[in-house]
Amino acid sequence: MKYKSLVILLFFFCAFTLSAAQEDAAPVDTVQVDSIPPPAPVSMLTAKDGENDHGHSITLRWELSADDGAGQNSVLSYDVFRWVPFFMDTLQSIGDSLDAAEGAVAEQLREQRDQAIAMIPQAHTSYPEQGEWRKIGVTVSGQSSYKDVGVKERESADYLADHTDYYYRVDAVTADPAIRASSEIVGPVQSYGQLFNTGRIPVFVAVLVFGLLTILFVTRARRGAELYVRPLAGIEAVDDAIGRATEMGKPILYVLGLGTAADIGTIASFTILGRVAKRVAEYQTKLIVPCYDPIVMTVAQETVKAAYLDAGRPDDYYEDIVYFVTQSQFAYVAAVNGTMLRELPATNMYMGVFFAESLILAETGALAGSIQIAGTDQVAQLPFFIVACDYTLIGEELYAASAYLGREPILLGSLKAQDYAKAAVIILAALGLLAASLDWTAFINLFSVTS
Amino acid sequence: MRRQIPLALVFIFGVFMIFQYFVPHESSEWIYEFLLDWIYIIGIFALALGIWSLIRVSVAKIKARKADWEYPVITLAGLFLMILFGFTGYRDGSLGFHFMTAEGLSNPMFRNFFDYIMIPIQSTMFALLAFFIASAAYRAFRARNILASLLLVAALVVMLRFNPYLGPVGTIIADTASWLLNVPNLAAKRAIIIGIGLGMVATALKIILGIERGYMGKG
Amino acid sequence: MNIFDRMMSLDRRWVFLFLAVVCVITYIVDFQIPIRVESEVRTIHEFIDTLKPDEIVFIAIDYDPNALAELHPMCYAVMEHCFRKDLKVIITALSQNGPGMAEQAILDISDSLKLDREYNGILYEGREIRKGVDYAFLGYKPYFALVILGIGQNFRLPFPTDYYGTPLDSIPMMQGVQNYDQVACVVDLSAGNITDAWIAYGQGRFYFPLALGLTGVMGADYYPYLNSGQVFGLMAGLYGAAQYEELADNPGLAKDGMRIQVYAHLVIIFFILIGNVGYFVSRREKKRQGR
Repeated sequence: MKYKSLVILLFFFCAFTLSAAQEDAAPVDTVQVDSIPPPAPVSMLTAKDGENDHGHSITLRWELSADDGAGQNSVLSYDVFRWVPFFMDTLQSIGDSLDAAEGAVAEQLREQRDQAIAMIPQAHTSYPEQGEWRKIGVTVSGQSSYKDVGVKERESADYLADHTDYYYRVDAVTADPAIRASSEIVGPVQSYGQLFNTGRIPVFVAVLVFGLLTILFVTRARRGAELYVRPLAGIEAVDDAIGRATEMGKPILYVLGLGTAADIGTIASFTILGRVAKRVAEYQTKLIVPCYDPIVMTVAQETVKAAYLDAGRPDDYYEDIVYFVTQSQFAYVAAVNGTMLRELPATNMYMGVFFAESLILAETGALAGSIQIAGTDQVAQLPFFIVACDYTLIGEELYAASAYLGREPILLGSLKAQDYAKAAVIILAALGLLAASLDWTAFINLFSVTS
Repeated sequence: MRRQIPLALVFIFGVFMIFQYFVPHESSEWIYEFLLDWIYIIGIFALALGIWSLIRVSVAKIKARKADWEYPVITLAGLFLMILFGFTGYRDGSLGFHFMTAEGLSNPMFRNFFDYIMIPIQSTMFALLAFFIASAAYRAFRARNILASLLLVAALVVMLRFNPYLGPVGTIIADTASWLLNVPNLAAKRAIIIGIGLGMVATALKIILGIERGYMGKG
Repeated sequence: MNIFDRMMSLDRRWVFLFLAVVCVITYIVDFQIPIRVESEVRTIHEFIDTLKPDEIVFIAIDYDPNALAELHPMCYAVMEHCFRKDLKVIITALSQNGPGMAEQAILDISDSLKLDREYNGILYEGREIRKGVDYAFLGYKPYFALVILGIGQNFRLPFPTDYYGTPLDSIPMMQGVQNYDQVACVVDLSAGNITDAWIAYGQGRFYFPLALGLTGVMGADYYPYLNSGQVFGLMAGLYGAAQYEELADNPGLAKDGMRIQVYAHLVIIFFILIGNVGYFVSRREKKRQGR
């Protein structure tokens, strides 16, 4: 009896002490951890190969747990698990040993690693034996998708092999990580690379349509159809400018710009240079072509040489017509400015890719009293050329200049195709404006490009 | 043959690069990355070509004692000095030749040449733009006709948008400048960009199909 | 030639001289001018300000010494803001002289970060930033379009090592950083067409948040991209840099430079007005004589 009373007394003492300790303790989180019931698991978990990629990725989607933002509102995050065979640890250890090894040992380990990598798909078929579930990622509550993205480098620890069976599950997790609910297991699912990126269909259609338009008009032009192109003041002035230089006995300065030979603006400039050089050769006027890029210089030399040959004056060509200056922007400009002020050319032509030096060139040319014709696709430099030069080719007019100068049917044909493409863009833009105003999202979505 | 091979190469690689944009598969990616590596290698050779071209032209001018032959001497001296400084440096307290390593980049002479010659010279040339803009603006912004007057007014508004001394008028000007940049400027630039984009596609297509051959040097 | 004809055809050297004198005077006399902040700069500041510690910001220093005056202050302001917020920074330089600019910026900012500073009422304690831990400087590679595309696959493709020759896999902060997916945003500071490559090949293919820091001349051209959402923020010219300094409460070269720019603009406007007055009066005189 006494013993029993002692136990009861001890019990009440402990209970009293504990409750007093709780009152004295710092305030605890209001969430009573030991009172959280297990949450509802996620449902409708699906795993699919990642879309429009090179493979090595699986996209998981699920319906949110009933206790995420509703119900008990206890779900704080979702842990994503993938079943990983123990074989992958073996592979990892081979990789780690390889990092420290050298010589013949490294070679042997490399062979072992390659053989092991080839066995990854087979290792995954041992599910559910010889492996375990490993957490690969976490998302916050409210998120109902996760992308398991691996790399394609087979030697990397993050390699996710294609054509391999993967199994996933998603746990809804509460404030206590031990209190969670697992979803159903989904799998096997395999990743693989797509052969066509469906998110880029609008671009594909546009390229096809534009290509067909080009072929159509080039074919028409070849058959002798008359194609009207509006006159460009800058192009019309080229002949007059060359004539002016010839009469004054002064040279023509042709600047190809600061682009590389791969830039479309520079390529357009080569074509214009060829035509200008031919006229210059015919009139036996001096031509000066300082170059910024060595490859551009090489191409320009060939262009001018060929032009002189076409004009029937191969002997008038000499190496120093086209010369390399420097690949430093302002050093190049300083050199060209010096040339302008010493040689006092009658005509300056700036055709190509220009940057901040455009105004320095144009103003110095104006100082030298030259007539100036410029053309660039660099939108930022257009205002400077417009203000400081006599004639300016704006943007695509530079690309069209070669067609204008030569009047070749093929080139004119491609120009017409561009014009029709622009007309199509204008019509579609107007329709898009209408669609956006009337909320016709289906029409707008037709043109959306993803990934 | 001399023309056919480059045309064929341009066609094959041009078509492949278009194809690669639409095909995300790993095999197309592998070829693409292989080509990227080759382009880097070609880029290095282009740099070497540039250096060789510069040396050749400078030496020819010096030998022939052409006008201002002293400047190529300075050019070559600058070129070789920077190479020398870039390939030498200090490691463990002693000066040595370090080919393509980080020591050269931290060589004090290399840094001094860059910080005290390159940077001031290039900044000065860029600063000249301020003066040229002033003289170009003075020359060109005349209200000769309606369009020129519009240009003049727009330029004045945009230049005054940062001015803090205009009080409430300044706020109106700043808002007008914002409107000018975000509406008519944006619309015009967008149109020019679309035109340039289409022009680029057309020119690229012409190059791939062999219609445009200016890059081969024979028009 | 009467005075109005002279006004219309002034020797440009007078313009140069007057402008030079005004620039020198406003440089010597120290005063601040108020800076009005625009939304396109504010979005960049707010984006970086709300990032969590250890998130990665990619700063592309794609300019040469010519654009130093406008873009270096931007670089300093953004980089210091990132480091003060305990963000990690990856730096590349895709223009030929960019690495020199980038190294100079890193050294200067390292020194500044060692000091305790208060910005916008928050005290930031001084600390040492460590190469490879707080930042990774990858350096320069040619063919910027290809580099931008290559980074979209993996940083290690165009940059197997950093600028100092350390393999990327050995750099602590690059562990697990594959490509743009692990980067919170890219801030491109550029004075040339590298910006177009970032928009077309970078943001257009990989859809990362991209902000631009450009020279004043280029700024107007990139509003279409801001409007379409391809770019989430835009700092244009010295004024853009001054606005960022204002937001970060970190006055520097940009705010100092703005007083020179404001007065220089006034000089240009003065000469434009003189030219137009001379033009109109001369034209009227000629018409009168013509009658």
